[in-house]
Amino acid sequence: VYRSTPRATRTWALTATAAVLLSLGLAACGGDDGDDGGSADSSVKITIATFNEFGYEDLISEWNDANPDIQVTQKKVGTWDDAKENLYTKLAAGSGLSDIEAIEGDAMPAILAESDAFVDLTDTELDGRWLDFKAAAATNADGQMIGYGTDAGPEGICYRSDLFEKAGLPTDRDEVAARMGTWDDYFATGEEFVKKVPGTAWYDSTGGTAQAMLNQVENPFEQSDNTIDVENADLQAVYATLTANIDKGLSTKLTQWSDDWTASFQKDGFATMACPGWMLGVVSGNADGVAGWDFANVFPGGGGNWGGSFLVVPQQSEHPDEAKEFAAWITAPEQQVKAFQAIGAFPSQVEALTSPEVLDMTNEFFNNAPVGQILSDRAAAITVQPYKGPKYSDILQAFQAALLRVDDGTNDPAESWETFLSDVDQL
Amino acid sequence: VPQDVEVKTGDAAQSASPVHTGPPDVPVVRHSARPSSRWRERLNRWDVRFSPYAYISPFFLLFLVIGMFPLIYTAVVSVYDWSLIGGRGEFVGLQNYRDVLGNPYFWKSAVNTLSIFVLSSGPQILIALGLAGLLDTALRGATFWRMGVLLPFVVAPAAVAIIFGSLFGDRYGLFNEALGWIGLPGVPWHTDRLASHIAIATMVNWRWTGYNALILLAAMQAVPRELYDAAAIDGAGRYRQFTSITVPSIRPTVIFVVITSTIGGLQIFAEPRLFDTTLAQNGGSDRQFSTMTMLVYDFGWHLRDLGRASATAWLLFVLIILIALVNYFLSRRFGALAGIHRPRRWKR
Repeated sequence: VYRSTPRATRTWALTATAAVLLSLGLAACGGDDGDDGGSADSSVKITIATFNEFGYEDLISEWNDANPDIQVTQKKVGTWDDAKENLYTKLAAGSGLSDIEAIEGDAMPAILAESDAFVDLTDTELDGRWLDFKAAAATNADGQMIGYGTDAGPEGICYRSDLFEKAGLPTDRDEVAARMGTWDDYFATGEEFVKKVPGTAWYDSTGGTAQAMLNQVENPFEQSDNTIDVENADLQAVYATLTANIDKGLSTKLTQWSDDWTASFQKDGFATMACPGWMLGVVSGNADGVAGWDFANVFPGGGGNWGGSFLVVPQQSEHPDEAKEFAAWITAPEQQVKAFQAIGAFPSQVEALTSPEVLDMTNEFFNNAPVGQILSDRAAAITVQPYKGPKYSDILQAFQAALLRVDDGTNDPAESWETFLSDVDQL
Repeated sequence: VPQDVEVKTGDAAQSASPVHTGPPDVPVVRHSARPSSRWRERLNRWDVRFSPYAYISPFFLLFLVIGMFPLIYTAVVSVYDWSLIGGRGEFVGLQNYRDVLGNPYFWKSAVNTLSIFVLSSGPQILIALGLAGLLDTALRGATFWRMGVLLPFVVAPAAVAIIFGSLFGDRYGLFNEALGWIGLPGVPWHTDRLASHIAIATMVNWRWTGYNALILLAAMQAVPRELYDAAAIDGAGRYRQFTSITVPSIRPTVIFVVITSTIGGLQIFAEPRLFDTTLAQNGGSDRQFSTMTMLVYDFGWHLRDLGRASATAWLLFVLIILIALVNYFLSRRFGALAGIHRPRRWKR
């Protein structure tokens, strides 16, 4: 029964017109999405997700200028822990990952265990591009290369020469190096330091120092057949040393990467820290404006490799071929040299290690230290590559939490160790 | 003139509905025989009886898809060995539930959740009730004040967490620095269990008190004003009027607010997680403020075990129902106790 008036009709007509226009508009949007890479805009768009600093910004612009048909955008998050959560959530969801995902070195064994979710990047042309240990860490049991190595993490010691001077310690790089040849020397120098400079700790965090020490242990958490063994003597020794240091005032007692930790760079929070190449950029960023940083050609206990990442291409990617092509390009020696110049990420590519651009590089922030030469020496001093199984990353997180409980005073070392053992049981 | 109007109506009807082509004054069903009119009668009856269900069905259909289905699916997942990435494994019966109940973090998280819930919901509803009572009085610029209490609710939880994170910072936080000015030691907000619960409850209260106050205020405004006039004549003061008239009159709304804040409070996740400064973000280095939903997340996304995550989610569901029931009876009783002062003749 219609009782329509002309006014109602007009309203109805307007509504209908609006609805039609809206649906046309939506259809047009849908068309654009579905037509990715079609005639209107023929370039393929791929994304690369990184965490922390990779030094890729300029390289990506360079690629985009040279390759109008493959345009790359970068997504950045702060820490690997955030990136890891995002990675697993979206792997489970089956969609949402970037075409290229950066993987922290310690997590690579867990990624290899999920090889089916990633594209096989094996390419005979790239044989011999990377250091042997780097290539091996990216290759699964079937011989497929799942990731392309980016940087490596040979470690030296970053130190504050101004605070050293205040404590009456030598400030010269070589003299400093002479007092840090072993962990015992390093900690003994630290005790000397904290007595002279109260209020400033010796190293940046218990967690960071733990990682530096663990990277010199052959089987920190797992035996070579992947059985979990956290009650080994080496790990217990690291734990005992570090928890004892907390009482001696050597540690800032802060969580690495926390806001308080970042703030401590500006507040004379600590005097030294274990510095892989990629950490140099982090230090100069956090300590911006602080004078006195230097970089010593030494690492307690010899050499150690901390971190260094990989690029992988998830199977969900709609453009795996283009993603692979870009990943191969950006991990080539020439590009990694530029990333090293940008943020100090030391190359894991054989050719890059001998390139004069790397060897001759100095770093103004670190009192013009010859960082290229120092990191090359440190890389040559690495004798142990710890065995890292699929649970390494998870156990490491539990171990860091165990140290933190002692740091923040929640538990004494023995209680915290018990909790750590039960945490590992749950994995 | 009537003729004219009729023609216009017909025209309009015609232009609006192209299907209706017959002359406007000819009813379509005029030639229908008896069976058809019985059919119409039946249709009418069905219309009266079933239409209301059709009108409310969209909610229930949606609920079926986005509420009921996940609930049942979670129950299915919880009896399997189910990896986040690998998907369904073996059927394990109630093993996941046994694992979760045997996990020390489950009980710790349950206690934390209840503690944060009590510290937030209790003060929240009492303050909301008082605030609504104040807003219900004749204030100058009433709308301004009423919108004002809603402002914290508009701020995103992440922003709230950042602001409160810097207020409650252990080392460089404002509260601890202020305590330092008056010579008191700082409170370890992130490592002491009770202190961390108070900090998180403060965040929750700041955000939700105004929202609840507005709901209670709406109910208060529906209380007949003559009750207050009568009470005033009987010599009841403001406070007595509030406890003897206002609170008993809005009892159903109080129950509603109590139950919704129970559900919200027990599912708390964003605030404690963003408050956490540890790398694992499981609720403090020793899970001082880990909640049940954070444990679900830990099982599902850190340990990549959806079976145990689902079992935890179901246990949380049962806990919420239990506590909501307890609260329902408690708040009914609270209303009844308050209602003792209410003279019989006021009963509507």
